[in-house]
Amino acid sequence: MDTHEKSLVSGVRIAKPSNEKERAIKVSAQAVNVHYGDKQALTNVSLSIYKGMVTSLIGPSGCGKSTFLRCLNRMNDVIDGCRVSGEILLDGEDIYDRHMDVVSLRARVGMVFQKPNPFPKSIYDNVAYGPRIHHLTSSKDELDEVVRTSLQRAGLLDEVRDRMEAPGTALSGGQQQRLCIARAIAVDPEIVLMDEPCSALDPIATARIEELIDELSENYTIIIVTHSMQQAARVSDVTAFFHLGEIVEVGDTEEIFRAPSDERTKAYITGRIG
Amino acid sequence: MNTTHIVKSYEEELTKLDNLVAEMGGLVELQLAQATKALVTRDLAGAEEVVARDVEVDQLERNIDDLALRIMVLRQPLADDLRSVICALKTASDLERIGDYVRNIANRTTVLTKVHSVSETSHMIERMAKIVQTMIKNVLDAYISRNADLANQVREKDQEVDQLHNSLFRELLTYMAEDHRAITSCTHMLFIAKNIERIGDHVTDVAEHVHMMVVGEPVEPGRPKYDKTSTTAIEGSTIKEP
Repeated sequence: MDTHEKSLVSGVRIAKPSNEKERAIKVSAQAVNVHYGDKQALTNVSLSIYKGMVTSLIGPSGCGKSTFLRCLNRMNDVIDGCRVSGEILLDGEDIYDRHMDVVSLRARVGMVFQKPNPFPKSIYDNVAYGPRIHHLTSSKDELDEVVRTSLQRAGLLDEVRDRMEAPGTALSGGQQQRLCIARAIAVDPEIVLMDEPCSALDPIATARIEELIDELSENYTIIIVTHSMQQAARVSDVTAFFHLGEIVEVGDTEEIFRAPSDERTKAYITGRIG
Repeated sequence: MNTTHIVKSYEEELTKLDNLVAEMGGLVELQLAQATKALVTRDLAGAEEVVARDVEVDQLERNIDDLALRIMVLRQPLADDLRSVICALKTASDLERIGDYVRNIANRTTVLTKVHSVSETSHMIERMAKIVQTMIKNVLDAYISRNADLANQVREKDQEVDQLHNSLFRELLTYMAEDHRAITSCTHMLFIAKNIERIGDHVTDVAEHVHMMVVGEPVEPGRPKYDKTSTTAIEGSTIKEP
């Protein structure tokens, strides 16, 4: 990656500690094209996602960033008329291979959506849902432990410990979103996809999620779509800028927000008419 | 891509910040010209006016600080915009120091108008000041037009100031050795020369801020140092080993 090499050579920029992690490719997308019917949504998108890092996808509405995100766990499969071509490898394995088990793929690649969408079930059942359908636990005690740990990791346990049987929908928006994150990580995924996870939340709930992203990045690879430039700058190690269905620029987040090299990136992140 | 912000008031604030820096720089340049003129023409009133006007320079620095802070708080600038705001802050701080050096020159001039003069050296000071004035003007042009090449030229120009300072330093030491009555005026002249040399250094700093603002990378470190006065002695003035 060009910008990364450049920044290492100049030797002057202060690297975030996470940048010193060895960069192992977790997901490799090569020349991905997506069509919705006649309309092309992604054109020749190639992007490497590094293990244990937070990658943010930014760009104007309709630029294809969410479409790309949804390619990574084959969420686009359920959309009529959607065609995906190109290659997406997860740990070297082609996720669009016809032998790929989509259900287990989605357990490996979890997802959190823009609007918190807990099931109309208890807090406990929301988190227990994934481990149950994937038969990840063999006893009630073990399931309790998974639910507890997941809620703990999502930073929600202390707030719901005494009301595990209350409906998930009774929680506040920020708590619901953390419940959805607990639900996503309960199946111990390798990757967590987040599609604008804070756009419906107030600043405090947003800060909690951002802190959570920081903590989760210890164990998971996270890819986040966000419309907030400040959020991308705050939480991610790598930023990719999408425009009109293409990737315009990818680089270390600090580099992208300090001195982007493409004029279109610059125009977008500084709020100019491009 | 010559584009403007979607939010007009943001664009206006950034333009205003540039204008304030240009205004402050222009005032500092003028102050230096007036101070030099007052020195060469032994004009007490002129020197006093320079001293009095330094408050205007200080006020402009506060205005720049206020606006830069406002932009950071309300707009959360990124990329080029962020670098512009940082550059404005740092430049204002350098210009303020330059203003202080100029005021000090004017203060010393009020003394020099009352004592035995060393007119030969005041012309050399004038030459130094002229170069520094041009540097200030050019660095401001580089700032406003976002021209990193011009900023780098300014940076190179500083060596001429350093070299003039070196020769002036030696000359003043010689005068003092020859005629002790000249010590008061020569000492003031030494400080004045040093002030101008320091102004050159601050202009060089501004040139480096401009480079960072335009290019997004700091200038390569290791500019050669031409000011040798800290290690200069004239013959006969060193203590002989017993």
